Amino acid sequence: MSEDAIKAEGLTKVFNGSLVAVDHVNFSVKHGEIFGFLGPNGAGKTTTINMLITILKPTDGKASILGYDIAKQNHEVRYSIGLVPQEYTADEDLTGYENILLCADLYGISREVSKKRALELLELVELTEFKDKKVQTFSGGMRRRLELACGLINRPKVLFLDEPTLGLDVQTRAATWNYIKRLKKEFGMTLFMTTHYLEEADALCDRIAIIDHGKIIVVGTPTELKDSLGGDIITVGIQKDVDITGLVKKIEHVKEVKKENGTYMIKSENGEITAPLIIEALRKEGHVVTRLSLTKPTLNEVYLQYTGRSMRDAEESGESLAAKRFTRARFRH
Amino acid sequence: MNDVSKSKLHGLWALTNRELKKWYKAPTVFILTLIQPVIWLGLLGNALNLGSLVSSSSITFPADLASQFTPQQLGILNDFFSNVGDQILQSTFGTTSYISFMAVGMIAFTALFTTMFSGMSVVWDRRLGFLNKALSTPVSRAVIIFSKVLSAALRSMFQAAIILIIALPLGFQFGDAFTPINILGVFAFLFLICLGLSSLFIAINIRSTRMETPMAVMNLLNLPLTFASSAFFPIERMPDWLQAVANVNPLSYTMNGMRQLLINSTIDYSQLALQYAYVGIFAAVLTTIGIVLSWRFLNK
Repeated sequence: MSEDAIKAEGLTKVFNGSLVAVDHVNFSVKHGEIFGFLGPNGAGKTTTINMLITILKPTDGKASILGYDIAKQNHEVRYSIGLVPQEYTADEDLTGYENILLCADLYGISREVSKKRALELLELVELTEFKDKKVQTFSGGMRRRLELACGLINRPKVLFLDEPTLGLDVQTRAATWNYIKRLKKEFGMTLFMTTHYLEEADALCDRIAIIDHGKIIVVGTPTELKDSLGGDIITVGIQKDVDITGLVKKIEHVKEVKKENGTYMIKSENGEITAPLIIEALRKEGHVVTRLSLTKPTLNEVYLQYTGRSMRDAEESGESLAAKRFTRARFRH
Repeated sequence: MNDVSKSKLHGLWALTNRELKKWYKAPTVFILTLIQPVIWLGLLGNALNLGSLVSSSSITFPADLASQFTPQQLGILNDFFSNVGDQILQSTFGTTSYISFMAVGMIAFTALFTTMFSGMSVVWDRRLGFLNKALSTPVSRAVIIFSKVLSAALRSMFQAAIILIIALPLGFQFGDAFTPINILGVFAFLFLICLGLSSLFIAINIRSTRMETPMAVMNLLNLPLTFASSAFFPIERMPDWLQAVANVNPLSYTMNGMRQLLINSTIDYSQLALQYAYVGIFAAVLTTIGIVLSWRFLNK
């Protein structure tokens, strides 16, 4: 078996010969890893996923899943992967059970096996008591869980989750996180997920890639990414109006001191260790500390740091975006 | 992977049945598709009852003319005109019952609509994400397309049977040449025409992400396909330019073929062979085009 569960080398997709949706992307996902794929709308997330799940052919470069080339061995790839799409794809007129059996049929799984597995999966996503209810009576959370069950019917080694908790309430989201963690822990599954919820990526993902304008900007563990921002922010206020910048700068771990509106913003690694040192140093010099706060950087800051603050067009697939730009270009001529 | 079948056709029945279930498991849709042909037959069959134009009751003799004949002679004359009327109907429509002529047109018409909606369901599958989901599984691309075609054909055949059953109490008359085995021949015609039409409509729809464009295209196709055909009126009585269109319309061949099998008094087998050949070639060509186009689009 190959070393990486997913490996992309120079993976590129160009639509209509001019719009580069994914631009020579390189990354690898290890076996049993939860890999998060983050990025603004239209950054190339969906196009990348669509190439990996063999729906789109790459224009250039290559990628493999479990060592199978996505272009040349797409049949093997399809047998090894599962997909939990963003949309609710289950048929409303069918029951939950029937929907799972339909998914099983698409993999050519024999009825004998699929019936057993369907029941197991319904149990896993806690839908057993609703199995014979039509899907149109399901809530959003139940449908999401059904999609998850469908995506698992072929016992995939690699599962792709496209915004698995989009539009779910807090309880269902927490439950979904649990299922995802269990899949990794109990089945050693490799999970590739996209999400817009950064706290979700932080809580679940072993590693994260941030993609923008078709290029991967940074890859790392959530901690690495947060540390890359330069550490925690300690905010200190003192009674007297004297400049303590020089004093604070001498303290161990302190990287940067900025004075803003009478308070000091201090950047430091391991803020919880540095903060007491700062108080002690200030006391020794006879300063009275009036306020103190410690902010740990979240993935939000990381994300905004790398992708900027400007908003993007509403969620668009690379294709429709390409089509739009194409028409725009034509109008201009 | 020992528990999976290696057949290239796996999933075909599952996907076809998925389409069919949307229809027979949704009572409203199911009942409406059954009511629709009744309304068409009831409305068009009576409003356009061309048969009544030439029946004896529409002919009355002027009083001064009638007085020159004895009642017995009048009776003979009435019979004569009624006979002439029937002969006109027979030579025009191939049957003395216009509703029978219409009912067969209705069967083909229903097939046209069924294939059209089946084509549009591709757009829904794309919008709802089902198409992508199916494409990520090992199910063959051709099977995804062909399941739509097959479900449309099966639905049309079922609806044809219903139309015939409903048309019977409304005055439908089987022709002298009819034997129950001919029903199979009718199904063969329907299967072939659905194969062609369905492939055509899927090819039109497969690239769309919205409903508007394909709807407009299909509405445009719908009218000439229906009226420039022998659905309501025989082609021979049409003006030349319309005949030219109707003569290449595969629906005309389907209807004429089905009429031979169901309502005509004699079957011209060389004509029937030609009709099968024409519809068969239409189906083969369009299915190939449809599957090739879809294949190329789905394997981007």
